[in-house]
Amino acid sequence: MQRELIERAKQLLADGTVSRVMGWKAGEFGYDMTPAVFASSEELEKDFRYDDFCEANLSKYMIKESRKEGKILVFLKPCDTYSFNELLKEHRILRENVYVIGVPCTGKVNANAIRSRGIHGITGMSCDGETVTVSTLYGEETVPKNEAMAERCQNCKSKKHVIYDELFGEEGEVTGAPRFRMVEKLESMTPDQRFSFWRKELSRCIRCNACRNVCPACSCEKCVFDNDASGVANKAAADSFEENMFHIIRAFHVAGRCTDCGECSRVCPQNIPLHLLNRKFIKDINELYGEYQAGEDLETKCPLTDYTKDDAEPSIIYQRGGNR
Amino acid sequence: MQKIGVFVCHCGTNIAGTVDVHAVAEALKEEPGVVFSADYPYMCSEAGQNMIKDAIRDYQLTGAVICSCSPRMHEATFRKAATSAGLNPYLVEIANIREQCSWIHKDMPTATEKAIILGKAAIAKVHLNAPLTAGESPVTKRALVIRGGIAGIQTALDIAEAGFPVDIVEKQPTIGGKMTQLDKTFPTLDCAACILTPKMVDCAQNENIKIYSYSEVTDVKGFVGNFRVTIKRKARYVDETKCTGCGICTEKCPMKKVPNEFNLGMNNRTAVYIPFAQAVPKVATIDPEHCNMLKNGKCGVCAKVCTAGAIDYKQKDEFIEQEYGAIVVATGYNPIKLDRYDEFAYSQSKDVITSLEFERLTNAAGPTSGQLLRPSDGKHPHTIVFVQCVGSRDTSGCGKEYCSKICCMYTAKHAMLTREKYPDTDVYVFYIDVRTPGKNFDEFYRRAVEEYGVHYIKGMVGKVAPRADGTLLVQASDLISNEQLKINADLVVLAAAIEPDKTARPLATMLTASMDTNDFFTEAHPKLRPVESPTAGIFLSGTCQGPKDIPETVSQASAAAAKVIGLLVKDKLTCNPCVAHSDEWMCNGCSSCEKVCPYGAITYSDKEFKMPDRTIAIRRVASVNEAVCQGCGACTVACPSGAMDLKGFSNRQIMAEVDAICK
Repeated sequence: MQRELIERAKQLLADGTVSRVMGWKAGEFGYDMTPAVFASSEELEKDFRYDDFCEANLSKYMIKESRKEGKILVFLKPCDTYSFNELLKEHRILRENVYVIGVPCTGKVNANAIRSRGIHGITGMSCDGETVTVSTLYGEETVPKNEAMAERCQNCKSKKHVIYDELFGEEGEVTGAPRFRMVEKLESMTPDQRFSFWRKELSRCIRCNACRNVCPACSCEKCVFDNDASGVANKAAADSFEENMFHIIRAFHVAGRCTDCGECSRVCPQNIPLHLLNRKFIKDINELYGEYQAGEDLETKCPLTDYTKDDAEPSIIYQRGGNR
Repeated sequence: MQKIGVFVCHCGTNIAGTVDVHAVAEALKEEPGVVFSADYPYMCSEAGQNMIKDAIRDYQLTGAVICSCSPRMHEATFRKAATSAGLNPYLVEIANIREQCSWIHKDMPTATEKAIILGKAAIAKVHLNAPLTAGESPVTKRALVIRGGIAGIQTALDIAEAGFPVDIVEKQPTIGGKMTQLDKTFPTLDCAACILTPKMVDCAQNENIKIYSYSEVTDVKGFVGNFRVTIKRKARYVDETKCTGCGICTEKCPMKKVPNEFNLGMNNRTAVYIPFAQAVPKVATIDPEHCNMLKNGKCGVCAKVCTAGAIDYKQKDEFIEQEYGAIVVATGYNPIKLDRYDEFAYSQSKDVITSLEFERLTNAAGPTSGQLLRPSDGKHPHTIVFVQCVGSRDTSGCGKEYCSKICCMYTAKHAMLTREKYPDTDVYVFYIDVRTPGKNFDEFYRRAVEEYGVHYIKGMVGKVAPRADGTLLVQASDLISNEQLKINADLVVLAAAIEPDKTARPLATMLTASMDTNDFFTEAHPKLRPVESPTAGIFLSGTCQGPKDIPETVSQASAAAAKVIGLLVKDKLTCNPCVAHSDEWMCNGCSSCEKVCPYGAITYSDKEFKMPDRTIAIRRVASVNEAVCQGCGACTVACPSGAMDLKGFSNRQIMAEVDAICK
């Protein structure tokens, strides 16, 4: 697959369709694939990678890249196309400056998923599509790939590309994976249990802002947390409890626009399962206003910023379990 | 440094009865920025207002907090007082310590504590208030009246009489509405057509009135003084300017089996038709659903016989755009469908009819030329049962919970007229209550009972069953003598509830005018502003606002006209300065605000920006048309970045209030 993508990218560069290519290259560690822009065939040949480790969602980069001179080629995995669509809907990406190639994805290997199995001192990883071979300071280990993936890939919501100019491989299907199980578990807790769960998780936050910076829905020109006049910026940093509010406020801000790409949890250096907050919103929206998948298309109006006569009344929200 | 004055009103004992006003004034004196704080029995009185004015001058106040009644009551009063003393009116804040405090509490310490908190919140807000200046917008001196029944006609005539141009948009091929279908009108029994048709002719002849018949409003943009309305002129396949209304086409049309809606389907009309003799405009219309020429291109008789050459099978729907300063809604009513009332056998028997059908049966222009004949066999009925409240005052969920208001009187009229014309007829009226509050109404009803011998029976009809001999068995209860009655009737007349016309709901959405759960338009104030909608520039005329008889409809129609005239004589309107505005530097261009704006006040454009890094960037940013914005604040909530804010109610001000309350 990697070879084919490089060849096609070189072609599109050569015929002038695009002037740049956005893909992945090896990061600090060989298994840590990092978003990168390539301007020539030579750069592509040297650094371009597409393999089982290319986790990063490239959609958000298109906000800035599509505003630069010339057209850019971007490779998007199925789940990334949802983010791309949502950004198009919000007029954040100039569509005419982007050439989208949909690339197939069978789930990506996640280093944290491997570490959580008690494998430490990782020095390198490789994957043949079935098994991940992990070299560590203490010797070599093997892990089946489907157990080496992050939760978002294990419960992949869709193998379908919702937008592209060109597609590699077969078109996939929306999977309908049971991605709300953990949310259901949290809902079934008592408020005290739930509070302590989130206190435990969120108290680890170091406010590095990685989740916000990577989130495709967090694309504000000026983030409220960076804006002293917003009245929110200081609130969230006043003490460790209010610090936790950062994540709650952020979840509210992206509610209805979050496509559940899971990048927030992937980049969190403290391994906080941040995506669960967003999924709770998604689940509630589905239950209260009918199934809605942000980014699925460009036309459907988000239930939170649209009014229909069938909208749930507050009393109905209570009946439907909105009191939980 | 802020210098804030606090003024605590006693409102007689309204506030002072449960709030220790003096303690409130003393406590608020300690708040930061407060340089003056006092209480007074009636702040709204001249002496009270002078106290505010004096304090503004003496202490050079930069803001004022009035702890008093709801801002709905006296905000304008206090703002005017502040303006006259040289303080910007938007630096005045009201803390509502009456409706939201003294009236709802019994315990003085609790109420006092709450009044102090409400005062603190207002002080916290006024610290962040900025002086605002209201802009002006011009007024288009033309009114639109939607639907031309008696309500629309009266409103249009009154506005036109005052010298302003008015357009009537009527869905039907003619104006006149329901009143054209009525026979006589209560309580004076004058003929409906005799009093209505001169007004219809007046409309047609008035230079200031333009009638768009067979037309509909399809889009409304803009705001009070500046509405831009799209009107769809449906193709009637007849050139209105050429047609003389001679009617020859209607005589020659071979398609003669079209149910005649004017007679409620009780007889037929032709595919090309003029609804009735006095139609205005008196122009034929081709019904495309039944015309053979339009359906399959075979016929063309009307075009051949028309000497004026008015027939045009190729006519297309036409859309015209027109600007108006004011819009009057006069969409009227319809009787409800009776298919949910099987017990009355309305769908089983032709001899069970609605009151409106009864009107047509007794009308000289009706299907029986005014003879009261049974629809089934054309014989004179000798026993007639009238059933009141069919679907009105109905809490079963089948009908309407409200009283339709007109049925008691028209049923008395029907009963009386029947007895007068056909004294050999037995007439029964079944009722829950007889409601006759109106000038000469009760006298009229008593005449029906006392002079005309109509049998009024308190009780509801349980069942109407068609019998083999063609009569109808009416089973009912007489609640006063506590008996079950069985009456063999020849004709049963159902006083069906009335409901707003079905076009009202989508129209309300277009106009952003509010409606109640029954789809009646809501008035701006149920007692004090009954002919205005809460949406500025939208006025209500007739039964679209609630059930009404003709005299009431006409008086309301004239009242609406007076309000419209009051608006159109102004050259300019003062805008509300508490409108949204967008911080372009923070705007993402995401369109969230545009999508939620109910007034279409937000537009996006690409603008050039000199960025901090000295580059030039073209960014898509929102801007608010301040004349269109009504300050509802929906956009400020939808905006993800906080770029949208509301002047006078900024996020910071609201948060400051919340903080003051939570301290």
